[in-house]
Amino acid sequence: MSKRDDASILPANPPHGEPKLGYLPVADIPHKPRVTDTDPKAARRAERQVAGMFILSMLLVVLFVVAFVTIDVTTVIYVPVLGEVGASNLALGLTFGGAVFLIGAGAIQWAKKLMPDVEVVQERHNMTSPKDDTEEAAATYERGKEESGFARYPIIRRTLIGALALFPIPLIVMLRDLWQTPAGANPVEILSSTSWRDGERIVPDIGHNTGENVPGIRPEEIPVGGLVSALPMSIKDLKDDVVANMRDRGKSAIILVRMDPEEIRSQQGEGWDYQGILAYSKICTHVGCPIALYEHRTHHLLCPCHQSTFDLADSGDVIFGPAARRMPQLPIRVDGEGYLVAASDFEEPVGPSFWERG
Amino acid sequence: MSTTTPANTGAHPVEQVGGQAATFVDQRLGSNRFLKRNLSKVFPEHWSFMLGEIALYSFIVVLLTGTYLTLFYKPSMAEVIYNGSYVPLQGIYMSEAYASTLNISFDIRGGLLIRQMHHWSALIFVAAVAVHMFRVFFTGAFRKPREFNWIVGVALTTLALAAGFTGYSLPDDLLSGTGLQIIRGILQAIPLIGTWLAFFVFGGEYPGGDIISRLYSAHILLVPGLILALVTVHLIMVWTQKHTQFPGPGRTNNNVVGYSLLPIYMAKAGGFFFIVFGIIALLSGLVNINPVWIFGPYTPDQVTAGTQPDWYIGWLDGALRLMPNLETVLLGYTISWNILIPGVIIPGILFTGLALYPFLEAWATGDKREHHLLDRPRNAPVRTGIGVMAIVFYGILWMAGGNDLVATAFDLSINAISRTLQVLLIVAPPLAFIITKRTCLSLQRRDRDKLLHGYESGRVLRLPHGEFIEVHQALNEKELAVISSKPDHPVLPAPQKADIDGVRNPNYRKDMLRHKVSAFFYGDNIPKPSAAEIEAGQHHAEEQAAIEAPLHEYEERDVIYNAHGGVLHHPGMPKTNAEQAAEQESRT
Repeated sequence: MSKRDDASILPANPPHGEPKLGYLPVADIPHKPRVTDTDPKAARRAERQVAGMFILSMLLVVLFVVAFVTIDVTTVIYVPVLGEVGASNLALGLTFGGAVFLIGAGAIQWAKKLMPDVEVVQERHNMTSPKDDTEEAAATYERGKEESGFARYPIIRRTLIGALALFPIPLIVMLRDLWQTPAGANPVEILSSTSWRDGERIVPDIGHNTGENVPGIRPEEIPVGGLVSALPMSIKDLKDDVVANMRDRGKSAIILVRMDPEEIRSQQGEGWDYQGILAYSKICTHVGCPIALYEHRTHHLLCPCHQSTFDLADSGDVIFGPAARRMPQLPIRVDGEGYLVAASDFEEPVGPSFWERG
Repeated sequence: MSTTTPANTGAHPVEQVGGQAATFVDQRLGSNRFLKRNLSKVFPEHWSFMLGEIALYSFIVVLLTGTYLTLFYKPSMAEVIYNGSYVPLQGIYMSEAYASTLNISFDIRGGLLIRQMHHWSALIFVAAVAVHMFRVFFTGAFRKPREFNWIVGVALTTLALAAGFTGYSLPDDLLSGTGLQIIRGILQAIPLIGTWLAFFVFGGEYPGGDIISRLYSAHILLVPGLILALVTVHLIMVWTQKHTQFPGPGRTNNNVVGYSLLPIYMAKAGGFFFIVFGIIALLSGLVNINPVWIFGPYTPDQVTAGTQPDWYIGWLDGALRLMPNLETVLLGYTISWNILIPGVIIPGILFTGLALYPFLEAWATGDKREHHLLDRPRNAPVRTGIGVMAIVFYGILWMAGGNDLVATAFDLSINAISRTLQVLLIVAPPLAFIITKRTCLSLQRRDRDKLLHGYESGRVLRLPHGEFIEVHQALNEKELAVISSKPDHPVLPAPQKADIDGVRNPNYRKDMLRHKVSAFFYGDNIPKPSAAEIEAGQHHAEEQAAIEAPLHEYEERDVIYNAHGGVLHHPGMPKTNAEQAAEQESRT
């Protein structure tokens, strides 16, 4: 043991005599003395530099505290190159960063200029344990095995293995309620339907108060070439239920686009448009980003996340990018009061694919 | 206390207290034996060894700043109306998580600094981990006996990505929420269990009300706990196995040449911690990172164009962008290859391959020796080629992750960029492999020439009898040691189909495969010159030196050195016009 630990420190001298071309990685390194080794003046200068950095560091800490107390956190100042920046953040960052940096710079200057720079050699030992140690360990193991009777009592052995295998099961079972599934609910059905149903009013998406003061959208309010992000009217009933509200926004969000009816080459269902107004899901069929990048001249809809492109004049088919499925279309009509409403729910699940989707 | 009398009785009072403390601890833990062994531990020095240090130090900064952030951050998706100092968002509904992030950024003094330091140091952490891994890979530092540590490193890399991603989502801004939406899409694409898995992760249908608090517990407890544990293991292994070193004079496979822990390495490494810390703080004071207030609160029906994840997730996003839109429906079940391949299969293969690489290479080369002296990348052309190939593959995916930014910045068609990158992703990596391997072999040839003839000094001399020679100069000792450190890698021998007695070799096919793989690995290596060749080379050099010697002396006598150390004029040079004119004038 003690021999292995005995770390001998030797200067880096070649132990194998004269170096021979091509064969000897072991050779003496000519050591050049530094200025600080030979010139006491330079050494004193280095000493002062190191101490200077430490002093400056202390000063910066004081400045940090001053800046923390005096600079209002909302103050914005103009700094060339950086532009408009928060004065507090800038001052705190520079003083604290500087203080910390200078400690490091001082320490390294100290090490480089004043501490010895002659490399030393330490021997390495093979990682493999000496044979005796291995044999002793094996013998101890055998004795332990014998004394415990692990090999002799197979029934204990097997039941122990069984018990150890089963005990984590509760830990896994308890994860079941990560989703407290409502009775009879199953993800496939949940993913396959949205809040749209026949007669559901379409309201423009104006954020938190959507559906509050706007009774709906009239067809004449959408110009040809226009795009409106919209939601079902029922979203206003979910105003106080954040989870349901977010869920509906993430699933029932649609876009309405209007084009010259002549330009519509195909739709997902006969007469699903209303006078050239088409409603499509807003949720990308690739991985679910909401889409609203619409080029009205070509009727292309581009997902900003992964650039899947859909042709809204042609059933929402994929014309470019990684999405495999077309954008689901929502059939729409106008209700008795002249507002746009859904004619039914989507006929296929919206959003990204899933295993049971088929 | 009487049992131990500190040897340094005349020491400074602080040292006396320190000595007493050391004794106090030693009597309980026997720590002085550890100190005896380790205070003088030698660490080799090289700039690239600091990469791992940067990773460690930035991780410490992440922990410190992260702890601070937890004091102010609220991991809640409950809805609040913002009424803090940031005017553009006042009166807007948002999650408590986002509101508290705004509060940290605008109302808590130093909050923004800490938040930015947290983000910057996290980015630097992942970057340092990646570059450190490249260093270890290209120098073969993962070889026996360090395979375990390589695997720990790969696990740490994965955890670093997990830490980054879980943290990225916590501010609950529009950008990070979109990232979560993508994760939901990827989860849902997993065959068989994906749909349920997504519901469990989000606590119901996306986005649910649980994900932020769940990510929070993963981000501040689970993942950093694992990282901390593995970092400890990582360092203990480095400590026991002793650090590898680059070849150089006096450095062998059986020693460590460097500086001892106390005082030099302690000062340098400790100082470097403060430097990394300081630079991160300065950066965070000067450069904005992740200005979440610009993106606005998350709602699942909004998105911003030009969405970009943090840099280390960019390659996965790029893979999602480049994958062709394959999806198959089999017996009524959907398999979304367009998401599975880039989102699950490619990262899975990449990380598994990475973890297994040391064992694959050891199998391929039959190399079972311990290695403490690092390889120069050129001396293992196939490994270097594989590494460059992987980097090119990664780089193209990464670039694809920003294809929309490239399109806007250079006014190009996004479709053209995507198509080009799709082709490049297939073509460029093998090309990179071939180019790298050939480059390595050329460098080996140059090394061989240097060993045989010394290096070309670029000095052409005309000998008295009219011959021109280029002076070759002997290598200096460092270069000599580095070049001659090249290990010999014999190719595994080709097996015989049957032995002399005609008994069939049962392992023939396996051995043949190994022979071929090892020939692929090292078969093209340029052999190191033999002793006789070096002898001959040396002889030649001596001859040349003998020819040169008088010339050299002659040269030395009349050379006029200019300020830059170059030769202004020596007798072998033709005269300049001005000199000729001056000469003529003096004659007349």
